[in-house]
Order: sequence, then C-alpha cells, then structure tokens
Amino acid sequence: MPAATETGIFDESALVARAREGDLAAFNELVGRYSRKIYRLAKHITQNDEDAEDVLQETFLKAFEHLSDFQGQSKFYTWIVRIAVNESLMKLRKRKSDRTVPLDEPLDTGEDTVVREIAVWDENPEQQYSREELGKILEESVESLKPAFRTVFVLRDIEELSTEETAEALGISVPAVKSRLLRARLQLRERLTRFFKRKGDDVFAYL
Amino acid sequence: MLTCKEFMQELNDYLDETADVELRRRIEVHITECPNCFVILDTTRKTIQVYKGMQPQVLPAEVQARLLKAVERKMAARKPGISS
Repeated sequence: MPAATETGIFDESALVARAREGDLAAFNELVGRYSRKIYRLAKHITQNDEDAEDVLQETFLKAFEHLSDFQGQSKFYTWIVRIAVNESLMKLRKRKSDRTVPLDEPLDTGEDTVVREIAVWDENPEQQYSREELGKILEESVESLKPAFRTVFVLRDIEELSTEETAEALGISVPAVKSRLLRARLQLRERLTRFFKRKGDDVFAYL
Repeated sequence: MLTCKEFMQELNDYLDETADVELRRRIEVHITECPNCFVILDTTRKTIQVYKGMQPQVLPAEVQARLLKAVERKMAARKPGISS
C-alpha cells in the first residue's frame, strides 16, 4: 500500500515546518510515522512496558512543546530519538538509582572486551528455538548489558542509526559510540554463544 | 601482520564495512591464519544478524490510542512551539 498520508506531504522537512507553524495534522502525521519506532526503542532501553509507554508519550509531548527549538539541522527522527533516550534513561535511574551508569560516565575499558568463550555456532542457530524462546533469549541478553552499552547497541544495530546519528542522539563522541558498540556486540556474542554453539563442540573448536 | 589485539580493535569497522581495502585485506589474512579470530568474527556477525532479524516490536493499539489522546489534549491546550 502506498504511504498515503492525511496531509499528503511526503517530504519530512516540509512536514516539520508545517507542524511548527501550528498545523496539527502535520504533527499527528509525524507521530504516526515514528510512534512505533520510539516505543520499540523505549522498550529496549527500559525493558518495561509501562515505562516504555510513559517514554513514548513524554517524547511526543516534549517534541510538540519544543518544536520551535528544532532547527532542522538534524533529522526530526534523530531529534526525537535524543528526547526518547533521555526519557528512557531517566526511567532507568528512577528504577535502580544506585546501579545505573550514566551515559557520560567514563567506562572501564579493560575486561569488557575479553573473549572468554570461542565456539562455532550452529548453521542456523535461531531455528532451534521457537519464536518466543528466541525473542526471550535476545531480549534477556540485551537486558544484561549496562545501559550505556545497551543504548548504543539498540540505536546502532536494532534501530539502524549511523554512528554519527547515534553520537548525536546520545550526546557522546563518535569514538565513544564505536568503543561501546564493540563491547556491546562482544558481550552479546559471548552470551548468545551459550545458546547457539554447535553441539558436541566445546571451547577450542578449531584447535 | 595484524595481531589478535589489533584485529579486535578493527572488528567493528570490518563488520560495518567501513574498513578500507588495505585493512580488509589484512583482516582477511589474519582470519585465515587464526581460527579463534575467525570464530569471533563469524559469531559476532551472526549476533548482529540475529538481532536485525528480530520480530519487530508491535505498538499495542491501546498504547497508540492513549498516545494520540495525550497529544490531542496537549494540542488543545496550546499551539506547538509557542513558549509560555
């Protein structure tokens, strides 16, 4: 089905400009375009349905309120992702205030990239699990990451933002995005190896 | 020759296809000679793939409805971007 819209506007900057001038249909169109993605993002970071819904609402309400501050130098989506990430992290801090690593805190670079298990995976490991089981494995593995790593992984590898967009959305540097992404991927790899490694193989599969 | 440590540092650029030709070549030489790094590369690539293939999160209809209502209420209260 073609992406027919209420406003008939396909060009996003025109849509944002109209919303800024007070065109409510244009703003609703933006909500329609991104609500699902923002909800998914919030769910991944907060790991909680209720928090994700709060974040979803807060994100669009704040975007509406601050539309005049949006200069159009970045994409509208990157701008609301930034709002959504901040809201999500605030939820996390509220929930476990003593355990959460703030995004700008320097992170220990040492042991996170240590590879402990090296084992070959099955050809199509995900096919050994039902959709529900697989979903649970993937969700719980993401949940096991520290928020600073998890957020970068979600933006880069799930939401498929570029490195630069991720840096902008999180307010961190490009090298920080890169190093956190590497650690996130390696930690997930390590965790998934427990589920996906080829049976009969053990640690030194190739030696 | 690339060491295993250097390989790990360049892994993301290789996987994201942002490594230049020379670096790609050096990584490819390394993984033919180092089985462990080959497995790390292969399973990290699969890790990313399996997440990309994950079922998209559905936005429950009632959540969407509540969102639209909240936006509507806000809109009724004031026009966008006009600071109070």
